[in-house]
Amino acid sequence: MARFESYGVGIPGIDLQELSGWLIVIEGTDGAGRTTHLNRLRPVLERKGYAVAETGLSRSDLAARGIRQAKEGNTLGSNAYNLFYATDFADRLERQILPALRAGFVMLTDRYTYSLIARAIVRGADPDWIKNVYSFSMKPDAVFYLRIHVEDLVPRIVANGGFDYWESGMDLPMGADLFDSFVNYQTRVIEELDHLAQDYGFETLDATRPEDETAEDLADRVLKLLDRRPNLLLELVEEDTSRGDGPA
Amino acid sequence: MSDHLPGTYAATRTEYPGRLFIVEGIDGSGKSTQLTLLAQWLRSLGYPVVFSEWNSSPIVRETTRRGKRRKILTPLTFSLIHATDFSDRVEREILPSLKAGAIVLADRYVYTALARDVTRGVDPQWVRSLYRFSPVPTVAFYFRVPLEVALKRILSGRPKLKWYESGQDLGLHAEPAASYRLFQTRILESYEQLTGEYGLHVMDATKPIEYQQKLLRRAILPQLGGLRRDLRLHGAL
Repeated sequence: MARFESYGVGIPGIDLQELSGWLIVIEGTDGAGRTTHLNRLRPVLERKGYAVAETGLSRSDLAARGIRQAKEGNTLGSNAYNLFYATDFADRLERQILPALRAGFVMLTDRYTYSLIARAIVRGADPDWIKNVYSFSMKPDAVFYLRIHVEDLVPRIVANGGFDYWESGMDLPMGADLFDSFVNYQTRVIEELDHLAQDYGFETLDATRPEDETAEDLADRVLKLLDRRPNLLLELVEEDTSRGDGPA
Repeated sequence: MSDHLPGTYAATRTEYPGRLFIVEGIDGSGKSTQLTLLAQWLRSLGYPVVFSEWNSSPIVRETTRRGKRRKILTPLTFSLIHATDFSDRVEREILPSLKAGAIVLADRYVYTALARDVTRGVDPQWVRSLYRFSPVPTVAFYFRVPLEVALKRILSGRPKLKWYESGQDLGLHAEPAASYRLFQTRILESYEQLTGEYGLHVMDATKPIEYQQKLLRRAILPQLGGLRRDLRLHGAL
């Protein structure tokens, strides 16, 4: 049985049987602390001997630059943005995530398709359509959802340099000013992520707790998940015993 | 009359007052020549005409070019980047023009994507769903031409075959011209299938150009009822 399963259709030229490794996703809205927690998680896993790779939204070789340019001018149709992000995701899936999984890495993914689906739905995309667009993606081993209320988000955003145009949904916009639009937009994004959390079975973590507590919780859950894999070290021990030097 | 109006393939069908005529066919089928002649005729009659070309979104095109130049496009990203380009043109060019009551002429349309992507191994149902946002054309013309005729037109005029255009990404054949031939054969088969599925209006592209143009105009004329014309432009060309 293949380690990974697609949500729907296959990727041309890709055999999921070839993949090992782990695909671990951190989801959460802007300011939920995803980056902080990924940075803390990585060394924990590496100390245990796991090789770790990372990827995140709009970091593709193919489309990152185009998306950045489109954002600067705000000159792309809204649905075209959805598809541009899908292109970016597909490029990272094929040229970053799959090679890492093939090589047996733990792939830590800073947001997967879910944030992209949520932002598209908030911008008016048909939910079934956008989910189907991403149906070439594989089900991750786990999705850890750093959940936060918009009220808890506001002070973090202010402390981190203020409201971003896109993260405030100002392309729509959803309020009279940056703050109003931010609150309304993020409220809707969190709502959609909550729906997706149910539909796709995320593990939800309360991200309003002190940072150390959330970090420890996340590390525990990830390590537990990695332990669930057939332990090759144990198999080695069993091989030794069945070779005849064990008890008769 | 209302069945002449373009809506979208999406479940909720919005209809627009303009008209959408599109041409499809393999390279060398002569479809672009026919569309250009059609545009001139429609403009001379005073109709507002908007021309929309495949792969022409100013923002997205640059990424497509980058992907092609560096040969990093896979069947999946090739499909998605073209859908991105097309979506941008639908939102910013095609739909506003249809809302404004214009005649939109598109050189290649979703059927190009369906034919190519499926040939590249992309799931046929997935790519159909991907393009669900597209307006349904008033009439979609398919310029049917035997492979050998098209090949002669293309290979005589433009000997340098591009990597993706000739399907070299699929590893069909090491020699570009041979790969091109194999790839176009498959595209042609895909088109034939789409013709039935989507009711494309088939044109015999081996006939003389002016004869095809006459048939094209004859097919389009009954679809123009109720469209606004700017009579100041009438006969100006």
